[in-house]
Amino acid sequence: MAGQRISADEALILFEEGDLLSLGQAANLIRNRMHPERIVTFVIDRNINYTNICKVGCRFCAFYRGENHPDGYVINREVLFAKIRETIDHGGTQLLMQGGLNPNLAFEDILNMVRDIKDNFDIHLHSFSPPEIVHFAEQANLTIRQTLLKLRAAGLDSLPGGGAEILVDRVRKYISPRKISWQQWMAVMEEAHKLGMKTTATMMFGSVETLADRVKHLVRVREQQDKTGGFTAFIPWSFQPKNTELGGTGTTGHDYLKTLAISRIVLDNVPNIQTSWVTQGAKMAQVSLWFGANDFGGTMLEENVVRAAGANFRVPIDEIIRCIKDAGYTPVQRRTDYSHVKRF
Amino acid sequence: MSGLFENSEIRDLIEKVRQGERLNRQDGIRLMQSNDLLALGYMANLVRERKNGNKAYFIVNRHINHTNICVNLCPLCAFGVDKDNPQAYTMSLEEIEAKALEVKDTGVSEIHIVGGLHPDLPYEYYLEMLRRVRDCLPDVHIQAFTAVEIDYLSQISEKSLEEVFRDLIDAGLGSLPGGGAEVFSPRVREKICEKKISGDRWLEVMETAHNMGLRTNATMLYGHIETIEERVDHLLRLRELQDKTGGFQSFIPLAFHPKNTRLEQPNATRTTGFEDLKVLAVSRLLLDNFDHIKAFWIMIGPKLAQVSLSFGVDDIDGTVIEEKITHAAGADTAQALSKDELVTMIKAAGRQPVERDTLYNVIREDF
Repeated sequence: MAGQRISADEALILFEEGDLLSLGQAANLIRNRMHPERIVTFVIDRNINYTNICKVGCRFCAFYRGENHPDGYVINREVLFAKIRETIDHGGTQLLMQGGLNPNLAFEDILNMVRDIKDNFDIHLHSFSPPEIVHFAEQANLTIRQTLLKLRAAGLDSLPGGGAEILVDRVRKYISPRKISWQQWMAVMEEAHKLGMKTTATMMFGSVETLADRVKHLVRVREQQDKTGGFTAFIPWSFQPKNTELGGTGTTGHDYLKTLAISRIVLDNVPNIQTSWVTQGAKMAQVSLWFGANDFGGTMLEENVVRAAGANFRVPIDEIIRCIKDAGYTPVQRRTDYSHVKRF
Repeated sequence: MSGLFENSEIRDLIEKVRQGERLNRQDGIRLMQSNDLLALGYMANLVRERKNGNKAYFIVNRHINHTNICVNLCPLCAFGVDKDNPQAYTMSLEEIEAKALEVKDTGVSEIHIVGGLHPDLPYEYYLEMLRRVRDCLPDVHIQAFTAVEIDYLSQISEKSLEEVFRDLIDAGLGSLPGGGAEVFSPRVREKICEKKISGDRWLEVMETAHNMGLRTNATMLYGHIETIEERVDHLLRLRELQDKTGGFQSFIPLAFHPKNTRLEQPNATRTTGFEDLKVLAVSRLLLDNFDHIKAFWIMIGPKLAQVSLSFGVDDIDGTVIEEKITHAAGADTAQALSKDELVTMIKAAGRQPVERDTLYNVIREDF
């Protein structure tokens, strides 16, 4: 509370014994200390899932299709460009492109897609999570650094923090056995940060991990941030069980707010904490503004991955603005780098 | 914890609540205006734990909405229709009996019956409905008919409220739900439910019920056109009657759902999560003579209902079978939560689940 760093053991005690309102109070205090200007930011963006074909097949995922599945797709330029044009028409500044690890797409195809987008549009490319980067590197027989350099030269601006799930290999072996290890995930982020590219970090909780695993995840992000400082935001979101192999019930609203608050308390070196209206709905997302969140994330004009797993919350820009105002904050549209576009 | 609120705009009220002092109208307005959600939660939680400890109640019940035909057709409502509407329905006594029989020996402890004000159904239909449900399910409590329906029964039977209650109790009525209160302010009622009984009459029906030994609930429909002052005045009138009769069991704020209602356009929006938690917390604080504050999970969603257990709420209603009224207005919640789901949710919030009957007797608490 006095601004001292919380240890891993202390963080575990907060998870095990902290009551919701006290955690909220502490997280809110830290949030307001780090962001005293009484605003809540959001970015107008679009999620484009350029392919759903994935060789990894994680057990918590309802979006992927196998290589020869009839529903498998790779987006064509015409559709892609129409989506981007529409995004820009809606005031969008960011494109969040992510896709499955599709063995039929060569790295050169990806680079061409990035170049084509940048040749035709002025939009920030916040795309390709670490598992995709590692996949590209393997396909092209390049190092992570070389892969990132080529992507950056083609026009990639920053990396989203997806694919982190829980940064503990015991958990990953169970929920995503063929996905990259936590060290590989972090290695991609480290290389990106060293090249001056910003990234975010996520955590998908509420599947099979223990509270100690969550703490380990937070501490690993914090340690990396001490080293390279390139994480702009942390985004915890809860596992959505519907249509997944893992199944189960998913976590509760209480657990979400608690985890969000502890994230704010532990990650003293990450500037922004994003709420996840896609997984929690607008009501909970708004309430989370008292539990450490200072950013509403993206408007996500299109989101397919979480929706495939049963989350069905559609929150248009007007609704985001209303929620932020009603909570007593000024809504501010931001860019990916958190510079401001417009106050509402 | 309390030291954290030194800078709160409502720290004087926190002190008042800590001392157990009654809050006044001005205090209520300041609470409703405050953005300090965590301070409101802290205060409401103090009162909640003083009254109900760590318990969180729920009930296993079945809703029966016997007809959607209604002579009032209030602008706030998406459920009621005209008798010529293709969606109009009225259950026969046999259908109601069948619905009751479906839940025989399933652990349901309450049948909850409310419906529209039907132009033609005879008084006897209502009495016979209660008798049949009671005969099918002799151990099950029947909570039926809002104050609005009771007033209507008194009109169609040309009997006094006391006589109506006597008939209904004889037929099997156990208690009254709290619906139809909306917001008592005449200004508001004129716009959202102009044909509905007045706030004064609603309170009169409840007072009569209490005097005849019936327990009832109370509600407030918020999030439409009412002002903060009108909300506070509504709560204070309930508190006043409760001081007199002590007959209210729980207070249930109902979040307005605009979809499919005539209030839908142009400015009607759903309540926000902040508003929902604030109304629950302030209700807990102002209604110091009510034992229970209930969050109806159908209205605000299970996630927020669970969180509300830290904002003054001690009851999250039930595993509700077949709720039609809120769903007609666009509630996107499920039709029912299983008992296991409710218990898990309550435990995950660090509370002790207690399955109750309608009158808050404990059915089971060893979960």
